[in-house]
Amino acid sequence: MEVTKIMDATRVYKIGEVETKALRGVNLSIENGEFTALVGPSGSGKTTLLQLIGLLDKPTSGQVFINGKDATNLNRNQRADLRKDAIGFVFQFFALIPTLTAYENVEMPLLLNGTKPADRKRRVNEMLEAVGLADRAHHRPDQLSGGQQQRVAVARALATNPKLILADEPTANLDTENGKQVMDIMQRLNKETGVTFVFATHDPRVIHYANRVVTLEDGLIVKDSKNGKH
Amino acid sequence: MTQLFKLAYRNLWRNKTRSFLSMLAVAGGVALLLLMVSVLEGEMRGALNNTIRLQSGHLQIRPASYEEGKVSLKWEDLIADPNQLVDKVKSLPQVVEATPRLNASAILSIRDESKGVQIIGVDPASTANQPYRQGMIAGDFIQADDREGILIGNILADKLNLKVNDKVNLLATTSNGDVDEQLFTVRGIFTTRTPGFDEFNVLMPLAKAQTFTATENHASAIFVMLQENEQADAVAQALKSNNYQIATWRDQNQFVVQFEDYANAFFVVLYLIVLGITATVVTNTLVMAVFERTREIGILAAIGMKGRGIMAQFLMEAALLATGGVILGLILGGAAVYYYTVNGIYIGNYGITGVLFEDRIYAYLTVDNMINLAVVAYIVTLVASLYPARLAARMEPVEALHEQ
Repeated sequence: MEVTKIMDATRVYKIGEVETKALRGVNLSIENGEFTALVGPSGSGKTTLLQLIGLLDKPTSGQVFINGKDATNLNRNQRADLRKDAIGFVFQFFALIPTLTAYENVEMPLLLNGTKPADRKRRVNEMLEAVGLADRAHHRPDQLSGGQQQRVAVARALATNPKLILADEPTANLDTENGKQVMDIMQRLNKETGVTFVFATHDPRVIHYANRVVTLEDGLIVKDSKNGKH
Repeated sequence: MTQLFKLAYRNLWRNKTRSFLSMLAVAGGVALLLLMVSVLEGEMRGALNNTIRLQSGHLQIRPASYEEGKVSLKWEDLIADPNQLVDKVKSLPQVVEATPRLNASAILSIRDESKGVQIIGVDPASTANQPYRQGMIAGDFIQADDREGILIGNILADKLNLKVNDKVNLLATTSNGDVDEQLFTVRGIFTTRTPGFDEFNVLMPLAKAQTFTATENHASAIFVMLQENEQADAVAQALKSNNYQIATWRDQNQFVVQFEDYANAFFVVLYLIVLGITATVVTNTLVMAVFERTREIGILAAIGMKGRGIMAQFLMEAALLATGGVILGLILGGAAVYYYTVNGIYIGNYGITGVLFEDRIYAYLTVDNMINLAVVAYIVTLVASLYPARLAARMEPVEALHEQ
């Protein structure tokens, strides 16, 4: 089953009189349980495509489907609701709320979707355990290393049991060891829980983790290889 | 809600100095307004209480022909056999004291100096004379049978350089239109701490005032003191008669009442100005916070927080600032009000016709004023936070996330 589907999506940014075509007609379908890498040089449209899939942005033309539902024309609140329930995010920068502890950061999406306190506690502990940070639960982001922060971000992304996790350059700011740890965790969770991962990267060290690699250039998909095959 | 509160509290704590200064701005505004409103309240209450105890009483029963501003000693303009009426008035349970008084215009002279004064003929035994009796600063209070003694206020004494036992000449028009002149002795000098009263009034025993002005067994008015100000209308109703005019303290002090209304209207403007400045500080603080935390706003939006949730976040921060600021303001303002309630502010002889201001204003704090101010400050602070809160709520997540 398709977790997300992009049809003929374009995205044009207009700054003053200058138009920049970030995506120029992209078609992409991601199946449930995939571990997909979006690769390509800077400016190829990887992040823009992730933003469209993640309903953080709207296409200039084309359509976006999430779990079979057309999400193209949803309003701000509807998009927020769908993000809350169906999509988790991991960003390049360690996108944690600095005033909250690791536990509270993971708890935040559960609070937003109204999970009961007991279930919340169990789920947060489960997630922190899954990323190997149960002993850092009450540390604030500034008391954690970059790798640990990114693992908390992964735990947060998975907290509400979404079907789709979008990760934008998740290892870009990490050293090799920490980058590997984060990718290992993501891959393990993909295998154990079946959650779909789509991550944008230009880090050659992590591309091999993907079972599907989608290559973008100048806003177009130029190559789509599954399990090493084109 | 707990999480919202926790997040708001920690966000304010992130920039302690800035948050504290914003809180201080709210506190400063509240403290300043609390002090000002209390001083004004004290001034108005003081002036009203003064005017009631010295001049108008809670009620005055006057002859039917009485005309405001005109001191007539014609028998038809006076109350005949006032003690009979006094007994009737005293039978009412709300009445603390009722006493006849006679007012006459006169010229007081000594050596080559003279001054227009008002003679008030009083029953020396009446408790309504307490303000003068308590305010005696030299000599003795007058006795009922004293035929030549008078009391004068300290300001009049100072202006004419009078001392106890000095002889002064009083010249007054009598009830039949003749002019009478007699020598009197200053028995004592009083102060009511009300320069407007102490400069122009001369007290003498009622019986002597009646003899001097040829108004035997007549009085200008019955001066009535009640247990409470608010009983005046009910008592006036109970005493209603075609033979007399009954004027409550409110009727007699229209100017003070109007002045209070005017002052209150002025205060609304002052509230808006001071709290407007405070609001600007709060708005600035929160706008800065929104720009500093743009990326965090983007993260919250990305994980599914809706605009109203983000807005609530900033409103909660403003509510915390307002709570801290209002509490601190009430403490600081309360301390200042306490100081001026005890010590007062010296204003000297501040004369407005018809209003008897004491020479010192004492602040007076009412629960109503305190609650009104706290609520208004709270609302203004929250309104001030609406702009930054909306600014945050309307951010596009994709743009917010890419903010550096």
